[in-house]
Amino acid sequence: MSIKEVGYISKQELIDAKQDISDARYAKGAVAVVECVQQIPCNPCETACKFDAINVGDPITNLPKINEDNCTGCGACVAKCPGLAIFIVNKAYSDTEATVAFPYEYKPTPEVGEEWEAVNRKGEVQCKCVIEKVMNPKAYDRTPVVTVKIPKEFADEVRSVKRK
Amino acid sequence: MLSKDLLVVGAGPAGLATAIQAAKNGVKDITVVDLNMKPGGQLFKQIHKFFGSHEHRAGIRGMDTGAAMLEEAQSLGVDIWLNSACVGFYDDKVACIEQGQPDGTKKIVFMKPKTIAICTGGQENVVRFTGWTTPGVMGAGAAQTMVNVNKVQPGKKIVMLGTGNVGLIVSYQLMQSGCDVVCLVEALPGINGYGVHASKISRAGVPIYTKHTIKEVKGNGPNGRVSEVTIVEIDPKFNHIPGTEKTFEADTVTLAAGLKPVSDLVKLQDIDLVFNGPFGGWVPVHNEKMQSTCKGIYVAGDTTGVEEANTALEEGNVAGVSIAEELGCITAAEADAKRKEIWERLDGLRMGPFGERRAAAKKEVMEQFPGVRA
Repeated sequence: MSIKEVGYISKQELIDAKQDISDARYAKGAVAVVECVQQIPCNPCETACKFDAINVGDPITNLPKINEDNCTGCGACVAKCPGLAIFIVNKAYSDTEATVAFPYEYKPTPEVGEEWEAVNRKGEVQCKCVIEKVMNPKAYDRTPVVTVKIPKEFADEVRSVKRK
Repeated sequence: MLSKDLLVVGAGPAGLATAIQAAKNGVKDITVVDLNMKPGGQLFKQIHKFFGSHEHRAGIRGMDTGAAMLEEAQSLGVDIWLNSACVGFYDDKVACIEQGQPDGTKKIVFMKPKTIAICTGGQENVVRFTGWTTPGVMGAGAAQTMVNVNKVQPGKKIVMLGTGNVGLIVSYQLMQSGCDVVCLVEALPGINGYGVHASKISRAGVPIYTKHTIKEVKGNGPNGRVSEVTIVEIDPKFNHIPGTEKTFEADTVTLAAGLKPVSDLVKLQDIDLVFNGPFGGWVPVHNEKMQSTCKGIYVAGDTTGVEEANTALEEGNVAGVSIAEELGCITAAEADAKRKEIWERLDGLRMGPFGERRAAAKKEVMEQFPGVRA
């Protein structure tokens, strides 16, 4: 089932778009995961990245591609993406835990230390999570980026928290 | 009678860009009229970050682009009349304008501009179903204005009809305002707008029912307001499939079934129109200068075919340059060079699977241009 039919992305679509991240890169720590598989004319992710780690190029409808080695997982692209389609996943956080960072524009904004319910791309609750970090500097232009700590096995699934 | 170099009708992205670009290229006496209380057209209710490239202020929220454009127009000396409607044209392109006065009354003003740009935008389509006139059924654009401009929730539990970008974005913004969106309903087999917008809706756990439509809305709420909504699956010919009904408790239904170009003013002039399905209805034929078939009258933005804000803005830029050329402020060669640059950006905005259809529609409209009549 494609995103056009169901409204959420499948793993196969990420692989087909060459947006899946290698296990070797995941082992090194935080990395940007771009989930943008339709050719739309848009490139703020590319201009947001200081490390030349996201490439769209010409034409502007190219799918964004991550250069795994250049990406530092800094997250500058996350709040800049108008589609809210970039996440920072850190599978090397600890032996048992991972972190996922995502844009979150609903109120109330989560606060560090709170317990929320982490959801997958379909909005289904996967597990409880603890808010690890909330970043909302002026450069993010009112798109807070929330990092949650979750059991490692949910790192490929969790992409947000359930709206309170 | 007032005489002006340029009258722009509509202060949305197309109209403001026309005025700004004309002023930057030397056109002096410019008036923009808009029937709303605030300029900016739909930009001020677009609280989301826009797609596009750096040149298109991508990643910037629409409302902030609106504010920047307004400031630029004002700093260039463009006169903006709000609460003012161009209600008609007399012979020889004399415009009749209901000018809003500070005390809220209106005064009829006649203006004979050397050039006119018609940038009147689009209008939401209506969908009819049993109970479609029930209080609480409204356009998605109206709901968006309520939450983002007036800061009023249209309701608590909302059913959205339509999954184009308007349906998807407004659903998201309704949730941002604290409303619950019960579901989205789409007649087509697939989601019509960008997948990334649909993903936001899915992450919020809101179901999207494709191949469905609204069968009936019941108005048993307070003062006859919407109380429940029944949706039904449809076959490829859009016939209801009996037995597939689902009923939801809701107090609001928002309709996002596309827009059509507003061409009322265009029709009052000697301007050729053509029907274009992808563009939403009757549109004025024009050339690559955004000239209509009537000398001195230019068209830009959704009036010429429903697209999106950045495209409207760039078409306005083209019109502004062309108007400066017609008024002798810049040479034909200068105008050609500027237009070439803008058209390259426009072509970029009409690329990819979502843009190709619009690129083809625009080509079709322009190919039918028979030339300018004096």
